[in-house]
Order: sequence, then C-alpha cells, then structure tokens
Amino acid sequence: MIVSHEWLKQFVPHTLSAQEIGDLLSRHCVTLDSIESTGADLSAFVVAQVVEAGRHPNSERLWVTKVDDGSGTLLDVVCGAPNVVQGHKYPFARTGTAMPGGLVIEKRKIRGETSNGMLCSARELGLGEEHDGILTLDTDAAPGTPLVQVLPAGDARLDLDVLPNRPDLLSHLGVAREISAITGVPFGASSDIAPREHVEVTGWVGDTEASGEIATVRVEDSESCPQYSAITVKGVKVGPSPEWLRERLASIGQRSISNIVDVTNYVLHGFGQPVHAFDLAKLAGATIVVRPTRDGETLVTLDGVERTITPGTTVICDAERPVALAGIMGGRDSEVTETTTDILLEVAHFEPRFVRRVRRAVGLSTDASYRFERGVDAYALGDVAMTTAVLITQVAGGEIVDAIEVGDAPLPASSVRLRVARVASLLGVALPTSQIAARLESLGCTVVSATGAAVTEPDVAELLVNTPSWRHDLLLEVDLIEEVARLGGFDALPDEVRPFRPGNAPDHPLHVAGRRVRSELVALGLAEARPMPFTATGDDSSPRVRNPLAEDEPFLRASLLDTLARRAEYNLSRMQGNIRLFEIGNAFVPRGGRLPREEVRVAALVTGARRPPHFTEPNPPAYDRWDAKHIAERMAGAAFDVPEVTFAPGEGDVVWRVLADGHGEVGTVSRVALDKPVWAGEVWGVELTLGALSSDDVAAAGKHLGAQPGAVPDALAVMPATAPGAAGAIRYRALPVTPAAEFDLALLVPEGTSAADVSSAMRRAGGELLERVELFDEFRGAGVPAGYRSLGWRLTFRHPERTLREKEIEGRRSRLLDTLSAELGIKPRAS
Amino acid sequence: MLFVQLSDYLAQADAIAHDARALLDSLDPATRLDVAKGQLNALKDERITALQGALRALPPGDRRAAGVAFNTLKADIQAAVDAFLARGSSSASDGGIDGTMPARRTWRGSLHPVTLVIDEIGEIFRELGFTVALGPEAETDWYNFGALNFPPDHPAMELHDTLYLGDDTLLRTHTSPVQVRTLQRYAPPIRVLCPGQVYRRDFFDATHAPAFMQLEGLAVDEGISFVDLKATLAEFARRFYGKSRRVRFGPSYFPFVEPGAQMDVEVDLNDGKGLRWVEILGCGMVHPNVIEAAGLDSEKYTGWAFGMGPARIAMSRYDISDIRVLYDSDVRFLEQFAR
Repeated sequence: MIVSHEWLKQFVPHTLSAQEIGDLLSRHCVTLDSIESTGADLSAFVVAQVVEAGRHPNSERLWVTKVDDGSGTLLDVVCGAPNVVQGHKYPFARTGTAMPGGLVIEKRKIRGETSNGMLCSARELGLGEEHDGILTLDTDAAPGTPLVQVLPAGDARLDLDVLPNRPDLLSHLGVAREISAITGVPFGASSDIAPREHVEVTGWVGDTEASGEIATVRVEDSESCPQYSAITVKGVKVGPSPEWLRERLASIGQRSISNIVDVTNYVLHGFGQPVHAFDLAKLAGATIVVRPTRDGETLVTLDGVERTITPGTTVICDAERPVALAGIMGGRDSEVTETTTDILLEVAHFEPRFVRRVRRAVGLSTDASYRFERGVDAYALGDVAMTTAVLITQVAGGEIVDAIEVGDAPLPASSVRLRVARVASLLGVALPTSQIAARLESLGCTVVSATGAAVTEPDVAELLVNTPSWRHDLLLEVDLIEEVARLGGFDALPDEVRPFRPGNAPDHPLHVAGRRVRSELVALGLAEARPMPFTATGDDSSPRVRNPLAEDEPFLRASLLDTLARRAEYNLSRMQGNIRLFEIGNAFVPRGGRLPREEVRVAALVTGARRPPHFTEPNPPAYDRWDAKHIAERMAGAAFDVPEVTFAPGEGDVVWRVLADGHGEVGTVSRVALDKPVWAGEVWGVELTLGALSSDDVAAAGKHLGAQPGAVPDALAVMPATAPGAAGAIRYRALPVTPAAEFDLALLVPEGTSAADVSSAMRRAGGELLERVELFDEFRGAGVPAGYRSLGWRLTFRHPERTLREKEIEGRRSRLLDTLSAELGIKPRAS
Repeated sequence: MLFVQLSDYLAQADAIAHDARALLDSLDPATRLDVAKGQLNALKDERITALQGALRALPPGDRRAAGVAFNTLKADIQAAVDAFLARGSSSASDGGIDGTMPARRTWRGSLHPVTLVIDEIGEIFRELGFTVALGPEAETDWYNFGALNFPPDHPAMELHDTLYLGDDTLLRTHTSPVQVRTLQRYAPPIRVLCPGQVYRRDFFDATHAPAFMQLEGLAVDEGISFVDLKATLAEFARRFYGKSRRVRFGPSYFPFVEPGAQMDVEVDLNDGKGLRWVEILGCGMVHPNVIEAAGLDSEKYTGWAFGMGPARIAMSRYDISDIRVLYDSDVRFLEQFAR
C-alpha cells in the first residue's frame, strides 16, 4: 500500500516528517518497506526580497530589480514576470544554481541589463503547471533563508507492507486513523471534500430492488452482494482533472485518466472503497441487475480482454447483458468516454470469498478486488457513495439525480469481553484499566465496564468493548490485547529472562542420529549438500506435486541418491571430477495412504580421487567399491550405534545391501549410473534409511494424545527403547598383559566360497583364544589352480594369563586347516 | 661366511658400524638424497643381511649375545642415517628435504552453510532449554492451515502459495505443523525447536526457492507471557549477533499468533552501509485457537512461538547473493565451508 505523506494530512493534521510517520507506523502498526521522496527538490533555492523594481529601459515586458538574497549585497536581476512587486519575497535561484530542468543559472545580460540570478515561478521550481508569474511567498523569513524552510513542497511516498488482517489500512483514511491513535493528534475532516449535498435516497434497508427517477437496481444474490448503492449524475462534462486531483493521484504514482475516473481512484485510495462509474447511456434500461451467471456468458473488460464469466457465480448486468465483473473490473462497452454525459456510480459491498473465487477463476487481480477480498467498511458505504457523487459534480459538473441503496449492512459485531487480569497475564506486565480503555478508544472502540461502573474505577475487572466497523480483525479478547500492546509499543514491555520449566518433549531420535552421521561423514572428507527434493523420475504411484512450477520435475524423490546423482552431473559438467557429497533429508516412498511414507535418509556419493594428489603420489587411486563399503560401515555404525555392520550381496547396480545389528536391512551400497563425460571415474553411492517420520494424525483435530486411553505422553515413555548410546555402549576391555602369537595362512579357496564363510569357520575352529582374523591378500594366477583363489590370512591368538606355547599354536593351526578342509574344501597353498 | 666364534661375529659387527659411519661422514651434505640412500642400501643389502644370516651359524649359546650386538648395530646405523637426513633438511636449497613442500593431506569434509547457521542457533536455544522436534514435510491441510487458525479461503493463505499433493494434502508451507503435532503429543511444559524444509510455490531465482529451510521455536506452559518471548528472543539475538547489538520488536501478523510481532536486529550486512535494522524473525503469542486445536486448555496454557529463515541468515553472513548456489551443490562452493 502506497500512501502520500501530504495526503495523510488531509485526514490528520500532524506535523511529523515522512520518516517519523514511517517509524511510528513500523513500531506500532504496519511495517514500512520504503520511503521515496517525490515532488520538487527545493534545496538549491533561497528566499529573496525585491527591494526595488523598475521598468527595463529596453523592453516593455521586463523589469529590472534589486534583490536582497541575504548575501549582503543587492543583486541586479532582470525579471519578466508581470506580478513582481517591490517589497515582496520570492523564490530565488542564485547564479550557479541548477534548475529542475537541468538549466544552470548564469550571470548574463538581458537586453543590455545584467541579471545575477532568477526569481522563480512555481513551474520553474517543478511545483506544478501554473505559470502566471513568479511565486509570491507569504513569509516572515529573512532573505537568504533556504526555500525548503518556508515552502513545505515536496512529498514522500510511504510503501507500507499491509498484511491481510488489516484491510482498513488500504486507504489514506485508514492509515490516518492509526496515526491519530498513535500520536494523539485528533482525526480531522477532509478539506478536499465539499459539504455533502442533500439528495433523497430511495430504497430501504433490506430491499433487494429499488428505482429512482431514472435508474433501477435489483440484487438477486444478496449473499455475494449484500449492499449496492447507485447514484446517477446527469450532465457531466468528461475532461481533464483539476490540478489538485491530478496531484493527489500523482503523489501515489497513479496516472490521471479523466476527471470521472480520477475521482473513483481518488475515493479508492482515499477512503478504501472501490467505486465504478458506468456510462448510463450504455446501460440498457438504465438498470443494474446483480444476478447469477448464465452458461456461456462473456464480457470484454476495461483492459480489452474478453473473459468467460465463471459459471456458478454472480455478475453485474444491465437489463440485457453482463456489464461488470463484480468487485473486480467493469466492462469496456459501458466505460465512461469523452462523450459520456450521464453516469451511474456503483458503490457496493461484495462478499470477500465470492470476489476471491471469481478473481482466481478469471486470474485478474485489481485494486478493487484486493480490497473486497479483505473486506471494506460496510457502514461507510452510503457516505462514501454520496462523497463520490459530490466530488464528481465538483470536478465534472452535472447534477445528482438518483441515489439508490439496496441491501443491508451486516449486524454490528457483538461486544468483546476483555479481562484486565488476562491482559496482565498474557503481556507479562499489569496495565492500568484506564490506560487499556484509552488505547482501545483511540482506535474507535467504545469501552464500558462489564458492571456498568466507570472504567476509571480502581476495581474494574472486566471491560466490554465494541469494535469499529472497519476493523474486521477484532473478534476475540486476545485481538484486543494485541491492540493494547502494540499501541503502547512492544519495546515498552520488559524483557528480563524469567524462570522456565524444562520441556517434556525429548530430542527427536532421528535428529540425534542425523547429527551423529553428519559428523562421521564430514570426518571422512565428504561435503554436505542440500539439493532441491524434486525429481523428474517417477510413475503413477509416485508422490507428485499437482501444481508444480517446474513441469519437468513434478515428483517428490523416492531416493536421495537420485538427487545427489543430478548434483554430481552438475559438477561433472563443470569439469569437477572429484566429488564427495552427502545429504541427510527426506525421501517420499509411495504407499497406499493419502500421504507418502516419509523416511529420513542419509546418502553419500563419491567419485574421483580417494585422496588429494601429493607430490609423492601425483595420481592417487580412485574411489572404488571398497571405499563405498567403508563409508557405509561408518555411516551405519554412527546412525544405529551398533558395533557391527554386515553386508549382503545385492543385484544389478546394488552391490551390497547393508544390515545393522537389530535393525535389519538399512540401505544399500550401489554403483550410480549417471550421465557423465568419458574422463569421469566410477561413481559410488550409499543410501541408508535412518527411520520414518510418521505423518499420521497424532490425535484427532482438537484432541490431545493424552486424552486417549493408553497414551502416556510424557518424555520418557516416548524415548526409543534403546536410548542413543545404549545399544552400542562401549565397554573397556583390560589391556593384554601377555604376548600374542601370530601366524599366516595362505589358503586355496574354491570360487564361490566367500571370505566371510572362511573367516567365520576360522573363528569357530580357532576357539576363544583367537583374537583377530585379518585378510591381507587375494591372489589368482600362477600357482593357483583354476577354480580357486588364494586368500592370505593373519591370525592372532592370545591367552589372557600366559604365553602360548608353540605346541598349542601348532595344534590350533592344524585344527583350523582340518576344519576348513572338511567344511569348505579349502587347502593350504604350497609356498 | 661361516663364524664359529662369537668374537669374530662381534668384530665383524664393529667393522660394519665403522664403515657405515665412514660412509656417512664421507657424504657431502649436498649429496642428493636418493644417491645417499642408494649407498646405504648397498651397505645394508650386502653386509648387514649377511651378518643377520650368520646368526644361525653361531653356537646356540652365543646367539643371544650376537643378536644383541646385531640389533645395536642396526640401531646405531639408523641413528646415524637419521642424523644425516636431519642435517640435510635444514638447508632446503642445497638438495636436502625441502620442508616447504606441502603435507600429505586427506580430503576435508564440510557442512552446508545453512546447516552451520542452524547448528549455531540450535546451540543457543539448547542452552535456553529447547530440544529438537521433527515432523513430516508432506502434510494434511489441517496440520498446515486448519489447526493454525487459518480461516478457510482467507487472504492470509495468499502469503502461503502452496504446492498441493492432493485435495487436502500438501507440502508444508512452514514448520508450524510440527508445533501442532508436538502440542498434541506431549503435556506442557513444551520447549522445542523445529528445523525443517518447507515449500512454497515460488519460481527458483536468485532470491526465491520453492523449497527452503525454516527454523521455528515453541514454548508453552502455564503463565508464559509476552515478556518471556521478548526476553528469550532478545537473549538469543545478543548471543548470536553480539552483546552490543540493539534489538526491537514491532507488530506483524501471522494467523497462528496473537499478538503477532517481528524482531529486528541492528546488523551490519557488510555492504558498506553500516548498521541498519533488519527483520530477523517473526514471533508472537500462540493463538488460543491453536492451543485448543491441539486439545489443550487455552485458559490454562499460554505460549509463544517464533520462526526464521536460516538460509537468509546464511546468505548475509557468508556474503552469498544468489540463493541458487545453496542448492547447486557445486563442490567448489561447498569446500569453502570446510573447517
């Protein structure tokens, strides 16, 4: 909402600067987005007095004057204005001054007489179009005084961020009311508006049809159009607007169109009521009918677009056809033009939801629809209608013939109960009842005590507040408490930290797990990414955005690796081949319910060099599956807090399925297929599911889980059975005091027998003294028969209390070999 | 070589040690490292290996003493080599080890800048007694709007241009549904912080993204007042932006709070314009209709809530002018946040 600083003064005669007004509004009412200075910049000019004025010797129309500009010397100035008078004061441009048009005033000779500067007209100062002569200043200011101090010219536009709860601020009148409430400057009458003429109004409250001398109004849908006021003005002369009206509209950046249209815009921005003017001659039957739409109706609106009228809504028609989209825009065929002589002014109240529905269907938002959707002041309708009509006659002549009002303003809202103690408990500080009442009254509320006692009595506990008709947002006690708080200023409330009780809700376990995984992956050298969770891949069962902005990516991802793969492609296309990304985010898995199953997952993607190049190793090895497996181990270990993570073979691109103790399968390690340049290496991905976020209703609407049988909504009850840290709790084992015995085994293992099979057989056969089994070599080739591979193992044995004897180690070695041979067909490899 | 006498073995060890020292002494410090290494290796390969093998030829009773001598010899030679190498490294220019050469490094991981901001804010609120709550991103319109006092078909909805999944399901437009879920699940007192991704139907350009992170907080208990809101949020601002920063509260509007407010902090955005007021967060007292929607008594319980955009804060903190780099995941961008 843009308001003009000067225009506001029409309603509240304050003396504050635009910046001060903006600051006050920001602190108490509505955020000021910006201030823009408009109008003339008079900073270069001074007040000067004409001490002597005489005829120019060589010209009949010029004057030669002596001017006191406060500099101490009188200046000779030649002047062409007919109204220069000795002793009067005028705006003066000294030599060197740059005029608004860019001209620089210089000392020069005019018809033989030297001129040192220029006495200025209003137009020369950029103050308007008047050029009847120089601008006479009625001031006591001494010559030399900066002109800005005596000529309060120049205006400022305040751009206010009016939020949907305050449609009353969508006019100068409304903003002025707030300024009055905040500053205490009394709300004043408008000087632009002449006294209201008396015109007899036809139509009665509650009527749905009424006729005047000329026009008829019939409302067939009073739900969408509760009030309709039509005023007929005959004999207008359409033409340019007077200066003051053009200036008013220019002050908020609106273009002048014609006197009639300008008045309607003036009323909209001044009073917040949209007004439309029809050319009466073009309304068939001089009739307005507000009726339900019929199939296939269209209307060419003022902007020249032919629009289909939304079926099942309401439209404004004359006796034959639609003439306006109610509350949004008029039709072109009934538009006021240069030849218009009689007009019908529509000042109506349209139901917000109805206007919103039509506006969305037509896709056309206007200043009018914006205000109707948020609510206008229904009680002001009659006054605004008459004010508009009177203004029309002032600027365009003519005579008010008919004034028709149909419909009814809504019933006044019932009064709101306000407990003084509730104000104190909600704001945290007690305020005197009289102050609470005074603040509400400054907004236009009427306040009485519930008992009938004066509100100034000391023990008034409860107030009854009637709210003004333009404040649709004051419905509840808490709404009034907000008014009391903001008028006093939130900054005026104390801000000392007071004691608080710790909360009952524990950290969400998935948040805790996510943080652990995150640190682990950063330690492994991966960089966290936060890509957009939309994807191009999906099918009929995939969660899909119905109204996506990017039509090429309408699906919600079912896998984080999907999005990370696109990010890897982005990097590869920028010649970045070393990519190590991870993300913790949500995946949307299709399921039967109305919402997808939402899982918090972690994914990592690596490709390129395993280490940064070093001069000792200019070409480090690339990431391979074994690195990916390690990342998966560390990820799962951190996420599930388990000592051991195991892997099962996968299929296709999935190399392994990842299993965590007690959690089953938690994810996969896979080769990531993506669109990559030839120089890029293999891409590996790991994706684990940390857990699901329930999107089921916690409890029915308006209910608390604690109200349901069996629900125990306290913190400990909802903690996971294994609190973080419990399952994988680390227990210290005493350090060995005895030496270890090691030996190596080179084994010929039949293809098809896994290393895991071998090591678990060795663990079983090795007994409890077998401390560690390490695989250190895999070999195929010379000396290894076909169908076999050679695996090299190092086994470490230790007795907790004594040194193992060579015989004992030998015994174990042969027992192991026997077991391996018997169970798995494994033979030692001859060295 | 075949030693039968321990004394011969020890003499041989002495001789090798002497020769090794002589060899090292004879090397010019400027000798290239690989040349020096080559000569030492030759010594090692030929004579020391032989000496080691000769241990077996000694009578078993002498082997222990010989072994000690052998190990001493090896240690002596190693010490001499280390001393030689250390001498070389002190003068890079003369061909020894150039200590200015880069270390052998591992990749450095990094957290996303938005995560860094969320973590920092989270730590402060943790100290002020808040835990972390999470909720789903795909929501019902009741949790996203209805429970939060958005009147149906109200212009307030215009502030939330919504991505819909179905007739009454959507991608949450704010993290406030988590407030409702938390209020329904737990008994007050409640003090939670809700970080999470939210969605708006915005074009993806330099200043807007259709999905972004939001951070909300909620405190509900008996006797909670606007003073608690101001005190806690002002304390947060001082810890986050610095003790001397000025803070102010002005009016604002969100359907789910009343009174609704915003907090501005006087900050320097590093754009050469000095200190200025910047809106940091929206806040307010939880609307009684929200408390009631969660099945709690709004006469008994009051609370306050706030919400902020960590991406905006990250952008001003790290001088990021285009929001899209936060999503592009260019490794050259992410690496800049390694610590």
